[in-house]
Amino acid sequence: MPWDRNQMAARAADELEDGMYVNLGIGIPTLVANYVGDKDITLQSENGMLGMGPFPFEGEEDPDLINAGKQTITELSRTSYFDSAQSFGMIRGGKIAAAILGAMEVAENGDLANWMIPGKLVKGMGGAMDLVAGVGRVIVVMDHTNKHGDSKVLTECTLPLTGKGVVDRIITNLGVLDVVEGGLKIVELADGVTEEEMRSSTLGNIV
Amino acid sequence: MNKIYPSADAALDGLLSDGMLIAAGGFGLCGIPELLIDALVKSGVKDLTVASNNAGVDDFGLGKLLATRQIKKMMSSYVGENAEFMRQYLSGELELEFNPQGTLAERMRAGGCGIPGFYTKTGVGTVIADGKEVKNWGGQDYILEEGIFADISVVKAWKADDTGNLIFRKTARNFNPPAAMCGKVCIAEVEEIVPRGSLDPDMIHLPGIYVHRLVQGEHEKRIEQRTVRKREEA
Repeated sequence: MPWDRNQMAARAADELEDGMYVNLGIGIPTLVANYVGDKDITLQSENGMLGMGPFPFEGEEDPDLINAGKQTITELSRTSYFDSAQSFGMIRGGKIAAAILGAMEVAENGDLANWMIPGKLVKGMGGAMDLVAGVGRVIVVMDHTNKHGDSKVLTECTLPLTGKGVVDRIITNLGVLDVVEGGLKIVELADGVTEEEMRSSTLGNIV
Repeated sequence: MNKIYPSADAALDGLLSDGMLIAAGGFGLCGIPELLIDALVKSGVKDLTVASNNAGVDDFGLGKLLATRQIKKMMSSYVGENAEFMRQYLSGELELEFNPQGTLAERMRAGGCGIPGFYTKTGVGTVIADGKEVKNWGGQDYILEEGIFADISVVKAWKADDTGNLIFRKTARNFNPPAAMCGKVCIAEVEEIVPRGSLDPDMIHLPGIYVHRLVQGEHEKRIEQRTVRKREEA
């Protein structure tokens, strides 16, 4: 059985170590916060906050307290606030240990595309280009194939890049791949997924 | 020197001209200078270039200045929540310069610090790097980005003293300090102006040297995405 969204998020949470400062993207990456367990993890929200707390109780929403997805959130006892220049200073400066984010395409050399589809409405890259260029480790969590069944793990990205050679690890419903010299290395297979299935679902070179 | 003005209209008086570059604070609808934006709409100033992370929504924030076609060009990182923006952009009426969010923030900060350009690895190997100088340090490529020197800055803070020292609240700080820094004249709207001496000098987020005009007013502070958890889950 390939992993479902929650299992992928749980597997991504295994990548996090006690004491890490981490930025989580939108979608499955957001679910990672539910699986950190006892680990002391500080979540960064790039609009200017370290120590992001859960959604507020009804009636306690604060318009001055939102995350990068513009959702109302809460603060924790460890929380600090800062401006956008400092926020991206810590991102660009490599102070954030890891970013876990979704993707449209990843290539065998670590190229990442997740911000625009030509011909479709372009909303902008937000902080994605800064994050993938700056943080210590970039972990992509995504379905292995798109809704047409085509692999999202490619020899070369076809979409405009968010970052060149930036991805370290890819976690999909089929398992875990690392970007290494010469291509991709299978680190782990989801329960019941064979190496054959992983290889046949991956267009990028598996070494 | 008096920095306090009775209204947002008065605070902008004598500063506006068509075609000017305005830096605006805010992230989404959080911490946006909503009163000054309304005053810009009223002023009728046009052909504006606006550097702001987002472009508001159709009926709030910078969306209002788009609706009246007063903006010629936006410099932003994300503009996804605005249908009128998309219509004007796709029809060629509106220019758009996408900036990675951190690059936009640093461009404002740099402008405010007298730095005309800086190198960053953000965007290397992407369309953002097209036409920009590339320099290599220690085996890593960096691209040259330019500081933003705005004609005016419009920002929102929580509290000010009468000398213009500002304190922001929670994530409403966001782009406001760098936006404030990069304008020749900065106008700040706040929820409360208190007398000098009332704010702890150690707790000032942005010193009054960056703030030239102040206006106090009521803010709608609209929430873009209200997300909550049920009490039973606690």
